[in-house]
Amino acid sequence: MTESASKDKSKQLDEGLERGMAALTEAKIEKAINRVLTGETGARLKAYVETCIHCGLCSEACHYFLSHDRDPRYSPVGKVKQTLWEMLKKRGRVSPEFIKQARLISSTQCNLCKRCAMYCPFGIDVAYLMLVVRRICHLLGVTPRYIQDTAHSHSVNMNQMWVKEDEWIDTLQWQEDEARGDLPNLRIPLEKEGAEIMYSVIGPEPKFQAQLIYQAAVIMNVAGLDWTMPATPGWDNSDMAMFTGDNELMGRLKRVHFETAMRLKVKKIVMGECGHAFRSVYDVGNRWLGWRMPPIPIVHAIDFYYDLLKTGRLKVAKKFEEPVTLHDPCNVVRGGGLADKARYVVNALCENFIEMHPNREHNICCCAGGGVINAGPPYKMVRIEGNRVKAEQLFAVKAKGATVLITPCHNCHSGLEDINHHYHIGFEIKFLGDILYEVIEKPAG
Amino acid sequence: MHDLYAFVRGPLAWAAFGVFIGGSLYRLLHLLMLVHRKEKFIYSYMSWKYSLRSILHWMTPFAAVNMRMNRVLTVVTFAFHLGLILTPVLLLSHVLLWEESWGLSWWTLPDGVADVMTVIVIAGCGYFLVRRLAQPEVRYVTSASDYVILAIAAAPFVTGFLAYHQWFAYEILFILHILSGEIMLAAIPFTRLSHMLFAPFTRAYMGSEFGGVRHARDW
Repeated sequence: MTESASKDKSKQLDEGLERGMAALTEAKIEKAINRVLTGETGARLKAYVETCIHCGLCSEACHYFLSHDRDPRYSPVGKVKQTLWEMLKKRGRVSPEFIKQARLISSTQCNLCKRCAMYCPFGIDVAYLMLVVRRICHLLGVTPRYIQDTAHSHSVNMNQMWVKEDEWIDTLQWQEDEARGDLPNLRIPLEKEGAEIMYSVIGPEPKFQAQLIYQAAVIMNVAGLDWTMPATPGWDNSDMAMFTGDNELMGRLKRVHFETAMRLKVKKIVMGECGHAFRSVYDVGNRWLGWRMPPIPIVHAIDFYYDLLKTGRLKVAKKFEEPVTLHDPCNVVRGGGLADKARYVVNALCENFIEMHPNREHNICCCAGGGVINAGPPYKMVRIEGNRVKAEQLFAVKAKGATVLITPCHNCHSGLEDINHHYHIGFEIKFLGDILYEVIEKPAG
Repeated sequence: MHDLYAFVRGPLAWAAFGVFIGGSLYRLLHLLMLVHRKEKFIYSYMSWKYSLRSILHWMTPFAAVNMRMNRVLTVVTFAFHLGLILTPVLLLSHVLLWEESWGLSWWTLPDGVADVMTVIVIAGCGYFLVRRLAQPEVRYVTSASDYVILAIAAAPFVTGFLAYHQWFAYEILFILHILSGEIMLAAIPFTRLSHMLFAPFTRAYMGSEFGGVRHARDW
């Protein structure tokens, strides 16, 4: 029972873990663990560890636990037992193999969705504890290779996908050109100082989802907004460093992002439909930089669309007819309170909205977030098998008639695609922006 | 036997209350100083409104989703904790001791009610023990200390119940009752029974984060 359940699951070797582990010595491990557990952490860690009464009530919250037939190794507290409790008990004297297992548990068997924080009678934040474990593993250089590669890209280019500066500008101009098919006078204003809005996206959008930039440009132009996008690094709001435990890099990224907005003298940053980036700019990264709340207002796409529809700047020509359901992303709903606004937008755009259950703060995670999908192909089945309950939840809402699944988050999107495909659920998965783009009144082109 | 009684009733009682009160203050101050020294940002997120919102939700039976998912446990937990705290405070014979020593007295429970509450606490301990052994996700995270604190909590009630009904050797049980009560008091600050001290703070912090930053419910 002491062996981590992940061992038999991921047969593919992860070079990032193997090579990282090979370079470890017990002395290095002890030093890193103590640096974090006695140096970097404080009252929260202490209170959480000493208050936990080992009741197991957090288990019910976790999709991994539920999907693995209530295997206790997958319960939130079970994961803490296998990682942090052991490190504390042995005062950091654990083996390299232990560190590798701790990395697998904290980075591929927990999405940091914080659902368990709502099920713990004491409000213990197990996601925070898993981040502490990730931090230790990062300091020891034991990180899944794929996500470490994205972190390297962040470090070199200030974006997640190795997008070079000229490629970024090219992509925006290309999308501008394309979108002029819709609106002949459409602009994607670059570097417009003093604009009201800086629109920011995640690295994967220019890399392979450029149509999302196209759609956003159409929405901005139809609504007649004063907006801009930066031509310099700082345009990417995503943040894999937050998930690997590389807090220093996270700080660099967020600083560049906020400073780009400051340089352009915009009034607010509007961001695309991404959950983890919202967490990074609104909750985690800003704090690392010493900002209680973001230094410049951050408006998530849900909030943005809500405002445009509510104030009538966008009008719906003809509502989307197919029955839709909505998956609430953890980072913007449990993390940003956008549940009601998301429903307002869905109802404004669609004829027929069918709720899945549980929903809102209690929705079941997509199992892709928290950097788990970014840990790459070796863990694809870990995600899919670890979220059978999501498939069950989706089948139930499909049985009520929903055929389109909306989720306003990139990670949720990709994770749910995999679940949809593997379990043959048969949903068409869309962003809110996909539907918004489709149904709004556009001036005749 | 009289000497022993005088000892547990006198110096040891002083020591137990001293450790309980002093230890609790020490643990709480230590925690707050740690916040002050290393995680000062926590203050800036704390909100009375959302702290109380969260605490009240979690003090109300069935107000949280998880309580509704575990109905039996919720009933047992609330009954157990109410009995655990109220019975010793409102027991007639305890209040008589306070009056005898300090001239203080207050409203007391009828003995019959106190007796029932004692049985509930003991039964609650039994339930927790069985749950710990039988439910895999609980057993998996159980360590020896979990059984020890359960025993510490059960002992004053078991001995008190037996002493009240004067079954077995009354005098010994009576002394054991006082002794086990003192052990429990002294253990609160220094075992995970300290959740009694810390829970309001962890709850308040999570409540503040969920209410003030995340704009979501935490129950």
